[in-house]
Amino acid sequence: MANIKNLKAGLFQQNPTFIQVLGMCPTLATTTNAENALGMGLATLAVLILSNIVVSLIKKWVPKNIRIPIYIVVIASFVTMVDLLMHGYTYDLWKTLGLFIPLIVVNCIILGRAESFASKNSVLDSIYDALGMGLGFTGSLILLGSVRELLGNGTIFGLPIWGDAMKLYVMILPPGAFLVLGMLLAMFNSIGIHNRNKAKAGEKK
Amino acid sequence: MKLFFIFLSAILVNNFVLSKFLGICPFLGVSKKISSASGMSMAVIFVMVISSVITWFLNLLLVKLGLEFLTTIVFILVIATLVQFIEFYIKKVSPNLYEALGIYLPLITTNCAILGLALINVMNNYTLIETIIYSLGAGLGFGMALIIFSAIRERMDYYDVPEPFKGTAIALITAGLLSMAFMGFSGLIKI
Repeated sequence: MANIKNLKAGLFQQNPTFIQVLGMCPTLATTTNAENALGMGLATLAVLILSNIVVSLIKKWVPKNIRIPIYIVVIASFVTMVDLLMHGYTYDLWKTLGLFIPLIVVNCIILGRAESFASKNSVLDSIYDALGMGLGFTGSLILLGSVRELLGNGTIFGLPIWGDAMKLYVMILPPGAFLVLGMLLAMFNSIGIHNRNKAKAGEKK
Repeated sequence: MKLFFIFLSAILVNNFVLSKFLGICPFLGVSKKISSASGMSMAVIFVMVISSVITWFLNLLLVKLGLEFLTTIVFILVIATLVQFIEFYIKKVSPNLYEALGIYLPLITTNCAILGLALINVMNNYTLIETIIYSLGAGLGFGMALIIFSAIRERMDYYDVPEPFKGTAIALITAGLLSMAFMGFSGLIKI
């Protein structure tokens, strides 16, 4: 039961993108369309799971003072692996994401989970936590990527939705990333406020 | 002339924050006050120039040894160590600045702008002088965007922002508008 709770926390209550607002650089940069967003999300998910497993396994032997450099080395090794694998198997995606694959190293979500969760919990719990956070991140990226692709190009995952009827090209350009993410964030905030007000009204009755 | 173009393009056309999306975390995090924004920009410019010079030499070494695939690991470790040094230095020299930057100074380590810059320098095969100029431009561009943005955010405190937009949401939309303004520079230089 606790596992499911960890999983759900990452997906919803503590969603890394919309609630914690972490890892903004890849979120904004790689969501020009839904496909790139999915690629970036899965690459991050893979690194997150692997690094959480290793950090959790070695937690007994890591001296407290130098734990951060050790975590960074662990994360950087997995990022290098993912980078080389993507170069080998998904060359086009690797080329589009470019700089942002090595930059997974400095994604605050991964170091944050290693520090605040995996270094204190068992391997199994850490895997579930990584899955939840990683899927939450991937989901948010796909949402953002789909909205931008839909508004900017009239398609989602390359499938035409309304075709050429409306194309706001700016949504694919850098300003669109900021604008769409800001709007989505406001939308989730207003849902949160609505729910809280509802809960308060319920208490009064 | 090429150096000048590299410099200008790093500041205006390919601004690190507003068109390359590098260093968004400090951009959103330290931009509530102009004073802390300018402190952060100084720190970033400083770290950027030093780290890119060091990583340039390291890259020569890695290429010579045929270990290019270790670039990411080596760069991030060097940058992390360097930031630690700078943190000690600022703590000793100016405790006020240290207090203002708070937790964001160690966070420069995970500032993707620094590692991103080092990797871009390698990808573009810049010479040492080009690297220094480009890093300076990137740092100044980052600082300029951060200071403009913090000035806007300081003013925004006086306005009545709708409840759901408060905090990060309105900041992102402001950044979007700022980024749109910077798009105007895009025809300036072709590199």
